[in-house]
Amino acid sequence: MQTIHYHWRIHLLTALLVFGSISVSLGAEPSEYILSNGMKVLLVEVPKAPVATVQVWYKVGSRNEVMGRAGLSHMLEHMMFKGTARYPKGSFSKIVRKNGGIDNAFTGQDFTAYFENVAADRVGLALELEADRMQGLLLDHSEFQTERDVVKEERRLRSEDDPQGALVEALFAQAFLSHPYHWPVIGWFADLDAMSLEDLQRHYDTFYSPNNATLVVVGDIKSDVLLPTIKRLFEPIPRGPSPKQTLAPEPEQRGERRFLLKREAQVPFVMMGFRVPNYSSEDSYALDILESVLSHGKSSRLYQNLVYEQKNSLSVGAEYSLIQTDPGLFYFYSLVNPTAKVEAVEEALHREIHRLQNEPPSEQELQRAKNQVEASRVFEQDSNFRHAMLLGQLESVGAGWRRLDQYIERIRAVTAKDIQRVAKQYLTQDNRTIGILIPLPPKPPESSPATAQEGKS
Amino acid sequence: MGKESRNKRGQGADPRSIQQRSVPYLMGLVQCAVLVLCITTTGLAADIAPTRFIAPNGMTVLVLEQHFLPIVEIHALIKAGAAQDPPEKAGVANLVASLLDEGTTTRSSRQLAEQIDFVGGSLAVHAGEDYTTASARTLKKDIDLGFTLLADILQHPAFPKQEFERVRSQILGEISSDNDDPGHVAMKAFNQLVFQNHPYRWPVNGTEETLSKITLAEVQSFYTKEYLPNQVILTIVGDVTAEQATTLVQTHFGSWKKGAVPYRAVKKPTAIDKKTVQLIEKDLTQSTIVIGHPGISRTNPDFYAVTVMNHILGAGGFSSRLMDSIRDKQGLAYGIMSHYDARVMPGSFWINLQTRTETTNQAISGVLIEMKAIREAPVSDQELADAKAFLMGSFPLRLDSTSKLAQVLAQVDFFGLGFDYFSQYPKWIERVTKEDVQRVAKQYLDPQHYALVVVGNIAKAKVRH
Repeated sequence: MQTIHYHWRIHLLTALLVFGSISVSLGAEPSEYILSNGMKVLLVEVPKAPVATVQVWYKVGSRNEVMGRAGLSHMLEHMMFKGTARYPKGSFSKIVRKNGGIDNAFTGQDFTAYFENVAADRVGLALELEADRMQGLLLDHSEFQTERDVVKEERRLRSEDDPQGALVEALFAQAFLSHPYHWPVIGWFADLDAMSLEDLQRHYDTFYSPNNATLVVVGDIKSDVLLPTIKRLFEPIPRGPSPKQTLAPEPEQRGERRFLLKREAQVPFVMMGFRVPNYSSEDSYALDILESVLSHGKSSRLYQNLVYEQKNSLSVGAEYSLIQTDPGLFYFYSLVNPTAKVEAVEEALHREIHRLQNEPPSEQELQRAKNQVEASRVFEQDSNFRHAMLLGQLESVGAGWRRLDQYIERIRAVTAKDIQRVAKQYLTQDNRTIGILIPLPPKPPESSPATAQEGKS
Repeated sequence: MGKESRNKRGQGADPRSIQQRSVPYLMGLVQCAVLVLCITTTGLAADIAPTRFIAPNGMTVLVLEQHFLPIVEIHALIKAGAAQDPPEKAGVANLVASLLDEGTTTRSSRQLAEQIDFVGGSLAVHAGEDYTTASARTLKKDIDLGFTLLADILQHPAFPKQEFERVRSQILGEISSDNDDPGHVAMKAFNQLVFQNHPYRWPVNGTEETLSKITLAEVQSFYTKEYLPNQVILTIVGDVTAEQATTLVQTHFGSWKKGAVPYRAVKKPTAIDKKTVQLIEKDLTQSTIVIGHPGISRTNPDFYAVTVMNHILGAGGFSSRLMDSIRDKQGLAYGIMSHYDARVMPGSFWINLQTRTETTNQAISGVLIEMKAIREAPVSDQELADAKAFLMGSFPLRLDSTSKLAQVLAQVDFFGLGFDYFSQYPKWIERVTKEDVQRVAKQYLDPQHYALVVVGNIAKAKVRH
């Protein structure tokens, strides 16, 4: 019952895309089926170990929420473990566990996904549990009250008390004014308080239906054996509404946005986000390689220059995910070395961007980035979970898993000039949002207890 | 996978995790198991019979062939970690490890990075308490490069002066950054309470004070003394035959000279004879709470009974008693977990959670209630059966990638568990009775004598314990 917040998600997705892809030559191509109720099923046979991952992906995330109810998708994800008539509260995870499996879920801006990692002979059980809660979830008021407290603790942990988490949240809130990427996946406290059981029920009824879901199973399975089981379990579930998935685009940004976040912390943190297109644009491939040139491996530009040469950053990176339903952010971050100045880091980042705009990367750098992408697509398959996640994401954002086939070709076709062109087009001053965490010294305690006391009590 | 780790902030997720070191624990090994299930599913068990030999220079070599994907993981476990840091010099082992890939006698830091990055591979070094690992991961076609680079950084690190200064300043920065993570601050304080005058007392990366005292000569001397082929377990997993691997090992590590194995003193942490509380003020909305005391070593015969007991208490995720009580019934925390860090020497036991400032006392009381309850009454038949079923049944999940396999194989060898471990584990788990669970709860859990650390708004939390 975990959340992938926007920052998690961006990080993960980028990694996945780069690490991930399907190599046709290895025979790991998914088999695709569409059930009579519209549910898409993707099955990948991986016989290397007697395990499998079962994942159900719903096309609903924080982008499907409205102002005043931020965090509803994630709250519903938590409530999905609270039972149905057949499998009452608490039994879901218990059943999975005693069958040697691990289950959990995560919510992002564009999707909510549920998974069970199990021994291959327990796949049927996981499917049965997932089919059961696709309809007939019992939403109980007192369970909701308690679970809301849990989610608020989660928010405190990840955003309120985490200086970097807080900065990421603010960056998105600044970069997106009208689009729902504005608010965090976990939601705001006030919205969590305002949520009702009716809100949850409506969200569930609208989005949790077979025609809004993708089932992915990757592991030691036989597709032709598994498919009848899947049909038996999922086809009786009636087709649901077809929720509207198109959103008005965020208007163009006209001028730099800049903000500070001041709070108790030790180390400054700098973020710089640029609004960029998603998978539906040809430019996304060049942006993907651009990200790799900047930040993959210790030989990448940001590490070599900011960490190694100038020593102004403890860690530094660039993150971009093209697997998003709507255009998102290409962002840079630096955890500032306490011995350096924030201004020096910001200037160094600007210098790297200018350099990309003024001269194309070397052939060697370009080739390295492409090799990294291609090797990663093989390494990716070492994990059934990540392999399935990649397929689920591609389906959930509307890209479709078949886009992987052309992905490597498009990546190979990217030229040094393309990289220079997208750097000039998107990494501009007017298109950027800069957020800086300014650490404040610790506040004196409110009353008088010693800050660190030791002894009996 | 970030999602599995509910108590470690932002692991694998937020940008800083790239530099973050997490509290190491042998989860892979603790959860490892079960030949029985393998037989009932497919023949995985047959796959977990590595070829093992000792090279003439004393290096232990393990090879496990996995031909499904054209990838290879080369994993070296060096039997030296932070526990071997000289007194007052916490951080040496980590500094040595961090400098391995920062320049060798024939390659600069940058050349090493460029060579491995160019083929899309990775080279990683990590120091822990008991041992250090260095691994190379490449496509099959680049296996020779993987061996070349790993052998070079292990045998010929140059420890250039300017890299030493740079990396040390980098680690000092990381230590500052760790102070922004309340979980890290709490564990650091907890370890100092539990491991007084003990090698496990300080963080692996040292402290501001100890790091600044370390000299380059000490780094070099630690390397010379500890990094010997007869101190290394080299595990190769992937698309390679045992024969090829043997040749590669000979080519790349054959000239490495064996040396005298350094002496290892085994020390037990002093028992906590009174409740010890440390409160650390920070301007936060949650209290981060760690409660615990000394635990067990990996070779303790009660390891399996403790594993079952701990699973029921708080390691079993959503089905554990602590999760049920503190999270599901009371809504006090997002995550709560109990841990026995079973190391070479007895490690620690601890429970950690975060709760809003106002509910700090309620959460601490709730934790103590569960620690008492599992000592006072036997667990139910159902709880016992479910815990065993999970521990045995989840075995294949612990070994489902090349890197996990390499790590677990190396650990099995390191702790001397023997490779029948894979067939014996389920029997050892199966044998655990309700009486064993209660006995080890009484023996290894102490709700009276413990260390408690709270990080947060202390004035408002009004900690009573």
